[in-house]
Amino acid sequence: MDQQFDSATFGMWVFLLTEIMFFGGMFGAYTVYRNMYPEAFASTSAYMNPLYGALNTAVLIVSSLSMALAVRAAHLGQQKALQICLLITMFFGICFLVIKGFEYHEHWVDMKVPLFGGHWNYSEAPQFAHQAQILFCFYFFMTGFHAVHMLVGLGIMTTIFMMARKGTFSPTYYTPVEVSGLYWHFVDIVWIFLFPLLYLIGHTRHLV
Amino acid sequence: MQLPLWPEAASAVADDIDHLYIYLTLVSVVMSVLIFGTIFVFAIKYRRRSEDEVPKPIHGSWQLEVTWSVIPFLVMLTFFWWGAKIYFLNATPPPESMDVYAVGKQWMWKIQYPEGQREINELHVPIGRPVKITLASEDVIHSFFIPALRIKHDVVPGHYDTMWFNATKPGRYHLFCAEYCGTEHSGMVGWVTVMEPADYENWLAGGGSTGTMAQQGERLFEQLGCSTCHLLDRQGRCPTLRGVYGSRVQLADGKTVLADDAYIRESILNPNAKVVAGYKPNVMPSFQGQISEEGILQLVIYIKSLGIINAPGAPTAALTQQDGGKQ
Amino acid sequence: MSTVLQDPQTTETPNYLNAEYGWKSWLLTTDHKRIALLYLISISVMFALGGVFAMLIRVELLTPEGDLVNSDTYNKLFTMHGVVMVFFFLVPSIPATLGNFLIPMMIGAKDLAFPRINLLSWYIYVAGALFAIAAIVMGGVDTGWTFYTPFSSTYSNTFVITAAVGVFISGFSSITTGLNFIVTIHKMRAPGMTWGRLPLFVWANYATSLIQVLGTPVVAITLALLALERGFHIGIFDPAIGGDPILFQHMFWFYSHPAVYIMILPGMGVISEVVPCFSRKGIFGYSFIAASSLGIAIVGFLVWGHHLFVTGMSMYAGLYFSLLSMLVAVPSAIKVFNWTATMYRGSISYATPMLYAFGFIGLFTIGGLTGLFLATLGVDVHLTDTYFVIAHFHYVMVGGMVVAYLGGLHFWWPKITGRMYPEGWGKFSALLVFVGFNVTFFPQFITGYLGQPRRYHAYAPEFQVLNVMSTAGASILALGYIIPLIYFIWSLRYGKPAGNNPWGATGLEWTTQSPPTTFNFDVTPIVTEEAYAYAKHEEAHVG
Repeated sequence: MDQQFDSATFGMWVFLLTEIMFFGGMFGAYTVYRNMYPEAFASTSAYMNPLYGALNTAVLIVSSLSMALAVRAAHLGQQKALQICLLITMFFGICFLVIKGFEYHEHWVDMKVPLFGGHWNYSEAPQFAHQAQILFCFYFFMTGFHAVHMLVGLGIMTTIFMMARKGTFSPTYYTPVEVSGLYWHFVDIVWIFLFPLLYLIGHTRHLV
Repeated sequence: MQLPLWPEAASAVADDIDHLYIYLTLVSVVMSVLIFGTIFVFAIKYRRRSEDEVPKPIHGSWQLEVTWSVIPFLVMLTFFWWGAKIYFLNATPPPESMDVYAVGKQWMWKIQYPEGQREINELHVPIGRPVKITLASEDVIHSFFIPALRIKHDVVPGHYDTMWFNATKPGRYHLFCAEYCGTEHSGMVGWVTVMEPADYENWLAGGGSTGTMAQQGERLFEQLGCSTCHLLDRQGRCPTLRGVYGSRVQLADGKTVLADDAYIRESILNPNAKVVAGYKPNVMPSFQGQISEEGILQLVIYIKSLGIINAPGAPTAALTQQDGGKQ
Repeated sequence: MSTVLQDPQTTETPNYLNAEYGWKSWLLTTDHKRIALLYLISISVMFALGGVFAMLIRVELLTPEGDLVNSDTYNKLFTMHGVVMVFFFLVPSIPATLGNFLIPMMIGAKDLAFPRINLLSWYIYVAGALFAIAAIVMGGVDTGWTFYTPFSSTYSNTFVITAAVGVFISGFSSITTGLNFIVTIHKMRAPGMTWGRLPLFVWANYATSLIQVLGTPVVAITLALLALERGFHIGIFDPAIGGDPILFQHMFWFYSHPAVYIMILPGMGVISEVVPCFSRKGIFGYSFIAASSLGIAIVGFLVWGHHLFVTGMSMYAGLYFSLLSMLVAVPSAIKVFNWTATMYRGSISYATPMLYAFGFIGLFTIGGLTGLFLATLGVDVHLTDTYFVIAHFHYVMVGGMVVAYLGGLHFWWPKITGRMYPEGWGKFSALLVFVGFNVTFFPQFITGYLGQPRRYHAYAPEFQVLNVMSTAGASILALGYIIPLIYFIWSLRYGKPAGNNPWGATGLEWTTQSPPTTFNFDVTPIVTEEAYAYAKHEEAHVG
């Protein structure tokens, strides 16, 4: 059993390494364009509302805390605590997506979505409209891929929760909880990088 | 039945590259013969003679490993050094180069000479003079390849690329597009004619019925309304272009840039990218999509003809009422 | 398969092939050996598809004019040939077939670390292949397998997104296979199987898996960005709005260069097994060969810019990439020297696998040396985008990898099926492959230096004679592939029963019956000796 636990966690770490390369590719391309167009970038950063971002960051950090507690509960065989912590984690995960939804809606209303046939108007600084379009694409792709990973994470948590309810886990077998915890923490960490990169650096507007 | 095995060499650089290629080939042949020969000899000398034989193991020898790692690497360094030398030489056109402009467009090459000659899929150059080609693409990535000169350079849309050569042997040589660009990629071919200087002058004199590139650029300059601001304007809305080419321009954000071909091109297509100090953004409209790359090159040559100075400094106020712009 | 399995010889002893019958037992299997066979069949189908495209290309190139097919069709042919061969044949080939089959056995394990993920990886591969086939059937893609922008993002009128999705999906098959191998090799070795005793085939696949895991996600995101750009008509790589088409090339080659090492390292692993066996002598320089696999994997990530020397990147970047590209050749050279040294004072047999090994060493050496031509800056300016490049990569990929793959198939066929292939035909086909391959691709070095550009539907007339020669060679090569296909299938029913260890080879896989049982070993083996301990074994009995 130990060998299986070892293998499973090691396997998850390797998988997370691939995810780092996946997101890393996007981060890299974003950085290249940011360096090419610093003023356009500064204007896009000024538009972003860090309040949304900060709220989401807090939400995810709390969800990572509850996830860590869930893993601990599984390790100690505390079935009820495990289920409650999982539910809290999922709740905050959903909060994240809801807040993101509000934020995307605001972008849509502000005509800042260059996808879907030009829902795009960059009147704040039209001289940078083209480059800002590129940077906004990256914003949506990066946060979009991240949100997809969150959704997958919620799916995983639901499965783990069902398994927990059936009493599958015990101090001698809680591998899926551990491994899902790793995944959840990783998705959290990606956001920890996204938030400063997209919202904080170069931001000059006051918090609304 | 034609069976050429070696391309013609039409420049000193081509000869140099051929020598390097021959050196590479020789070293490769020697390496291959050594390895294949050794294996051949071993395979025969040590062939299995009975089913029961069990050879003694030889685990390894770090001395051998180091030797046969270091020596090949040192040989490779000679390749690297010679190749880098040629590459560096090819990267910087001599200051006395004559200019030619080539625009790649699906699926043809449009060549322009400052004197006004225009050609499609044909390039004429004299021997013994360095020629600098400025390359632009109207659409996708192409690549300008002249095998006889052993040179090529990708033509990437969105900016200018340059290459140079000095042909030394008269003749007619292939020109190929060497970056896949769509349906008629293999039709985007032409000829480079290298001529004796006298022949070249004759040829040059014979064409250009539409005027020199500068004259064509001037016509465009007026047609598109550039002269309204940049030459005739009294309100200081935009910087004068007299003497800009080749100077160092101070920008609104404090940086200075060299006003070269790329700067002019960018200013036409994306005026707000680099706003000159003392002027406002959003005044000059973008001409993206309204002028072909050839047209932009003509404008660049025209602006170049407005005087090249190398003095740094702030632009002068555009209050003079000048006509056409020819000095 | 069922007619084969009714044969008394193979149904005599229970093994993984007759353990269960029925399509569900195959399509829902978690046995790594059955999954390897599933891969073998699907990869062979894709190889045949890519091969048909190749034949059409070569027939078109018999004449300088474009007269067999029109330009658009030709452009689709070379694109799909590349996409299918690179992503759906070469990248999975040895790892998914031989690697899947052998790695657990070689380390003394019952299966891989994650058997169900292994099965999933096959389904992912099939899904990706179906997308690629859909793109072909719907009308094809004409961007070149390299998908350069802005042609692929804005100008092409073909099914770029479908093809990109197919490649994207297949990438996950590659990633999961690599992940599975890494965890298996770390965690599931039998007692006594230390890292220093691992067969070099395992080392090679380990290094390959590292590249798969680190590199593939980057091409995934690159193609995802391309597909998004094309689908939403926004411009990340579109120069008209400030996008950079060269950024696409950097991102694409950041994976695709290491990908060529994904393609060749497992082949080198096969050679490292075949040469000691048929020299009946331990490998010379074990630790150097193992370390060189890792060295290639690492340095291979640092050289991608040599595909971009003429794109206008800085001269200093050119210097850096040229130098590192020279450096990455050194570990490969080390392997070639070590294999040769293994033969010294060995007992050399000319069995078919060894003939393929000889072929590999010769052809890979030429391919690798011509890579140095391309790494040399001044020369690359002339040679890039010509047939010289095509000849170079076919020498390493076909002359190297495919030859190693065939050698490996012949070597382990007795273990996989319990049958011997006909040795005479094996030798004959190896010869056909070697001759056909050289006649096909050597002339292309010459036309390349002459200046024949690649991806040309019609070419300058003076190149014709060499092109005709190349097509003639391709016909011989095709025959060299078809004959083994026939006799391998023939051998399933009529081949001589193989016995546990027909070659007298070392390695845990040869200690089991042929074909092996479902769980490989009745008792977990305990390893007490180093790899390739030929002097200690006296199993010199063939058949």
